[in-house]
Amino acid sequence: MRRAIDWLAPAAMVIFVLAAWEASCRLLQVPIFFLPPPSTIAVALAQNAGLLFVSAGRTLGTALGALAVVSAMANLAALAAASSRTIERGFSPLAVTLQVTPIVALAPLFQVWAGIDHPQRAVIALACVVAFFPIYSGALTGLASADPELERLFDLYGASGWQRLFRLRVPSALPHVLQGHKVALGLALVGAVIGEMSVGAGGEEGLAWRILEASHRLQMDKSFAALVALALMAGTLNFAYQALEKAVLRWWRGR
Amino acid sequence: MAEAAVAALEAVEVDYPGRGRALGPFDFRLGRGEIVALVGPSGCGKSTALRLLAGLEAPTRGVVRRAAKRGDTSVVFQSPTLAPWLSAVGNVALPLELDGIDRRTARAQAAQALARVGLAGAEKARPVQLSGGMAMRASLARALVTEPEVLLLDEPFAALDEITRRALADDVLALWAVQKPGIVFVTHNVEEAVYMASRVVVMTPGPGRSAGELVVDAPSPRAPAFRTSAVFRDAAEQLSDMLAAAMQAARASAA
Repeated sequence: MRRAIDWLAPAAMVIFVLAAWEASCRLLQVPIFFLPPPSTIAVALAQNAGLLFVSAGRTLGTALGALAVVSAMANLAALAAASSRTIERGFSPLAVTLQVTPIVALAPLFQVWAGIDHPQRAVIALACVVAFFPIYSGALTGLASADPELERLFDLYGASGWQRLFRLRVPSALPHVLQGHKVALGLALVGAVIGEMSVGAGGEEGLAWRILEASHRLQMDKSFAALVALALMAGTLNFAYQALEKAVLRWWRGR
Repeated sequence: MAEAAVAALEAVEVDYPGRGRALGPFDFRLGRGEIVALVGPSGCGKSTALRLLAGLEAPTRGVVRRAAKRGDTSVVFQSPTLAPWLSAVGNVALPLELDGIDRRTARAQAAQALARVGLAGAEKARPVQLSGGMAMRASLARALVTEPEVLLLDEPFAALDEITRRALADDVLALWAVQKPGIVFVTHNVEEAVYMASRVVVMTPGPGRSAGELVVDAPSPRAPAFRTSAVFRDAAEQLSDMLAAAMQAARASAA
């Protein structure tokens, strides 16, 4: 019964909102270039499915590529910071600056550095910048989260700094690292979309480009269709990551 | 016995900033293969004394004598303190691997140590899959795998039910009979102290000092009906009286 409600309540809400939207558009005769009804958006989605799929793939590729690059960098930085307090203190203003600076403000700089022929590089760099902090701080928190009694055990057996880092702190950090990557994944996607919108896409036109292109031509149905594709992609990505996280935690914990 | 001491505290005092004197002045000797219980109310510094003997803490004043080689002193903490990401055998092999013994040899020795505590067949189990008693046994196996001269037990059965703790007490004594480490056993349970130890040191409430000693004159490991014997009951009663006297004296001096 409860399970049925868990599914039915959100489904009913979605149907209600879509029905109200559709009805209002028709009754009030809202112009299609202002707000298209869901049915028109669905048609646009179906008609442009191929192009949207390719565009979604590009945006996804940008976000995941950036995540891979920044994951390596942020985890290495966290390892260095965890092994030396001097390094940690030294990194902190940099990490905080990266965290608090609005990414849109960086876009023009990156555009210049990437050059007019390679806007894609600027987009990836922007996605990297936003995704850095959650991975770094997640890993750093994780590396400091080892069970204090296990730390004492390592003291007792005279473990070296390396042994402590790789046999205690790194494995202890895993749950926090996964948590950090979950946040970073969402932010990398945001970074990729903002990057595409503010830098432009060159030949690699992603979903953000589709939204802008359609909006500029007042093809609001197409714009909404791209938006729906983006939401679907982000939702699927989040769902997939949670499944992965669950599986990895099960392996880590043995249950 | 004096020359055969494997660990000793000589006039040690421990002050904690903000809390004042936690222990001492306190003298303590552990003979080779001797089992000594430290009994006292919570906060009497008995765990502090244990950490001094383990070398995990330094005294504010006084001298700690202990075997300096790693692996010669083992500690079993109040909780099993197993790494969740390692299997039972991986956890038990850890002290050996930290000492630079190669993985295969370490794991083989760890499997034997697990068999000795009755966990043969549970080598691959993760800590989360073990019951409280089994986890404590694994912790005991880890402490014994280095064949220590001194085994320090910090209320190791506190979190277990009565049946399990009795079984474990017998197991500890059976293991002691094989390897003959000197054992220091911290507890606030009078019966447990009398059952485990050949000598019981009573401690006063904080700052912990020795309020007297009691020798339990019976062979170890204990005979099956030891708990119902006159020796056991007399010793337990005498110990209760000593504890009560120590508490009263402390209250009188505080007033």
